[in-house]
Order: sequence, then C-alpha cells, then structure tokens
Amino acid sequence: MARIIVVTSGKGGVGKTTSSAAISTGIAKLGHKTVVIDFDIGLRNLDLIMGCERRVVYDFVNVINGDANLNQALIRDKRVDQLYILPASQTRDKDALTRDSVEKILNDLADMGFEYIICDSPAGIETGALMALYFADEAIVTTNPEVSSVRDSDRILGILSSKSRRAEQGMEPIKEHLLLTRYAPDRVTRGDMLSVQDVQEILSIPLLGVIPESQAVLKASNSGEPVILDQESDAGQAYADAVARLLGQEKEFRFLLEEKKGFFSRLFGS
Amino acid sequence: MAERGIELKGTSFTLSVLHITDNDVATVRQQLLEKIAQAPDFFRAAPLVVNIEKLTKTIDFTSLAGIIRELKLVPVGVTGTKDEATRSAIRAAGLAVMASGRVAHNEPVPGKAATPVPQTSNKLHIGPVRSGQQLYAPNGSLVILGSVSNGAELIADDSIHVYGQLRGRAVAGAKGNEAARIYCDQLMAELVSVAGHYQVSDGLLEPYWEQAVSISLAGGQLKLEKL
Repeated sequence: MARIIVVTSGKGGVGKTTSSAAISTGIAKLGHKTVVIDFDIGLRNLDLIMGCERRVVYDFVNVINGDANLNQALIRDKRVDQLYILPASQTRDKDALTRDSVEKILNDLADMGFEYIICDSPAGIETGALMALYFADEAIVTTNPEVSSVRDSDRILGILSSKSRRAEQGMEPIKEHLLLTRYAPDRVTRGDMLSVQDVQEILSIPLLGVIPESQAVLKASNSGEPVILDQESDAGQAYADAVARLLGQEKEFRFLLEEKKGFFSRLFGS
Repeated sequence: MAERGIELKGTSFTLSVLHITDNDVATVRQQLLEKIAQAPDFFRAAPLVVNIEKLTKTIDFTSLAGIIRELKLVPVGVTGTKDEATRSAIRAAGLAVMASGRVAHNEPVPGKAATPVPQTSNKLHIGPVRSGQQLYAPNGSLVILGSVSNGAELIADDSIHVYGQLRGRAVAGAKGNEAARIYCDQLMAELVSVAGHYQVSDGLLEPYWEQAVSISLAGGQLKLEKL
C-alpha cells in the first residue's frame, strides 16, 4: 500500500515546497520508491526546487486530460534513485483538477509500485489545496513559529478532519504531523518568536521535525538541490531527522537551542 | 438474630418513562428507534416504564413489550392506566402495573396535565475545535473535551463547558437564556457572550486571563468568577 502524504500549511511561503522536495528526496535516498506531485497548478515551483525545470515535457494536467501517460510525465531524478517528480502545469489553473481524475492518478501511481506519494499542496483552502489533501493518509502541516502561520495551520487541521476522504467516509482519521520550519532559537530566547512548546500547545499534534532558519535553504532552492542533500547544513540534517521519524525511527530533536558562541566567534563576530 | 436470607426494602429508582400517544405499535417502534439512535449508549439495556396516560385507545401490550425488548431495552411496567380491563391486559403481558407517586397520592387531579419532561439536547465534542470550525448545540449545552482555537466558534442555547483552553469565541444562551453560563479551564477567549451580553478579549484581562473561570450574567453584566 502506498502512503499518500500531503505537505500542507494554509499559509503561503512557509516552506511547503522546500519541505516536499527535501522529504521526498530523503525517503527515496533510504531506498523507497517515491513520487512527489506538484499540486500548485498555475504556480509551478517544485520543478525549480528539484532542479528539473528544463526536463519538463508533460505535466499533471496533461495526464489528467489524457494528452500524455504517467510514464511520459514523470521525471526521474538524476541524483537519487527511486525518486520521481510529477510537475504541475504552469498554463492552467486549479479548476483543471477533479476528484475522480486525481484519484485515478494516485491509484495508477500506487499500481506502479510507488511506496510514498508526496503531495505538495498549494497555499490557501480552495480547490487546489482541497484536492491535494482529499486522498491523504497522512499530513505534514508545515508551520512557521509565528501567529498567523499557526492560525492557518489550525484551520487546515480542521479541514483535514472534516473535508478529507478519510473524514467523509468515517475511516481512521488522517495522521497529522507538525513540521516547524524557519525556527530561530535566538529569536525565541529574545521573545520575538513563538517557541516549539507554544506552537505545540495551540496545535496539539505530534512534532515531526524542527528545521532551523538557515542560509542553506535559500542556496539550495536557487541551485535546485533539495536541501537534504546538503548534509553539512543544519537544515539538511534536521530534514534527515524528520524523514527518519516519518519512517518510524526515534530521533532526538536538535537545533532547538541557541548555539553557544565560542571564544573566537565572540571575538570576531559570526 | 433476624433471618438473613432475603430482605424486602422499598427503594426509589430513577427510570426512563416512555410517553406514548399513538396506539399503533409500529409507529411507536419507529419513533423509539429514532430516539435511541440519538444516544445509543445511553439507552442500551435501560429499564423502561411506559406511560399510556395520553393514549385514547388501548394498545396491544404483548407486542409493545416485544418491540421494547427487540430494541434492547428492558420493559418494566406500565403507568397511567385508567381502568381495570387495561390493568389486567398489562399483567397478562407480563408487565407490572405501576402508579406514579404523584398520581397515587392525590387521585384525580382535574385539569392538571403531567408536567412535560423538558427536552434538552446537549452536545459533546471530543478533541480540539480548530480555527474556522463552528459548533452549535440547539436547545442545550455544549461540552468540549479539548481546546478551542482562535477563530473557532462555539454556540449553545444553554451553557458552554470547555475542558481545555478557550481561545476562540463562546456564545452561550444564544436564544436569550440568561441563566446560561460559560465554564472553561483556561480563559483566553476572543469573545464571550451570555444571552447577548458580550465581552471581547480586551475586557477579559487580569486576574481572570488564563485562569479556570465561570462566566454568568448578573444584573445585565457579565460576571467572571475563578473556579
């Protein structure tokens, strides 16, 4: 059985696509056949973050309309075996998606032997986001430690528990995971930012990972390398920990505390 | 020493009384089924007394007892009987003839109908109430076992009980019940209202903020008390 995981948030710009790219890459690196689908029809981004924008021929909407088959549209990642990308269409809008057509594609992907299907949701709570989450078995709720992002995540959690297939058919509810991104421990200490505990108290769902605010993320996005491949970076390591937890391993949380500045960095600044 | 084998003592029990107005057993069955569906756990194997006071014609007690058993309830007896023929029919069906306390003491009460049991429909929600969700308990109280997020809305015609943080809005006594109250474990609400008298979070500050609080209406003003 394929695990269908939606990466969602409600609010835009919190790191859904970065996280989708990192997590799908991380899972595939561990040897699981994985596909990541860009549900942001009309605002195609995932292919850029994954560094495959020049290899897009057919897209999600082409497959839905029958202009191409899945094998033609899926892009095989050049760095990681077992990783495939299904890009969004840039020229269409979200109304191109229907429940039946999305369900058929997800079923076809499962039949092709994909173990993990990662759905990169668009922002908002309209059709595109609802399509991305409707068939999910699990949800990674991406949240920044900031009040408006937390409130939007809360709203998405309400939608997951009322408007998803699992909710409508009275099945076991979607398994929810909290992924806190752009976390800056020093700003938490100064009181500028909500702490992990603050966010968890409001959302009350299990914590999957805390990704520190990092220069490596922007650099990774611009170079089209999912940040998890940058194993030197703190963000890359934090994503690797989150992937391990998603696959059932116990991992201690890192990067929650301010780094103690050493003698030299205090002397020369950082 | 007195005999210890058995003892007979009078004890009062609270029993559910089913008031029927239709002498068609099938109709009663259907209505009872709908009632049970609202709270299956509450009714499971519950002892039941049937009140036939409002019945104009007689009913087949054997099949009545049958449908009650079929719906997994335990028929105990029948009350509200008017004549001996009915009483013997009840006994023949294996049920007890029961006189309710009130009727037994002052036999004919002319022009005084039995006080109807007030219909309440309380609503229970388990788990968090998320931003954008709205819960309404018409004609009853709303009980939340969990926290209520900012941007969530609770409405009840009677009281609201939140066993968790109340960060959203709580509107009690929505149809004007001034006796309604709001109770919560931790008051962090955006707005609270009892029978149309409301207060926004700016007015809910110390010493009640983040405390377990009961909110009621006294003299046209909201009154906050720590629990």
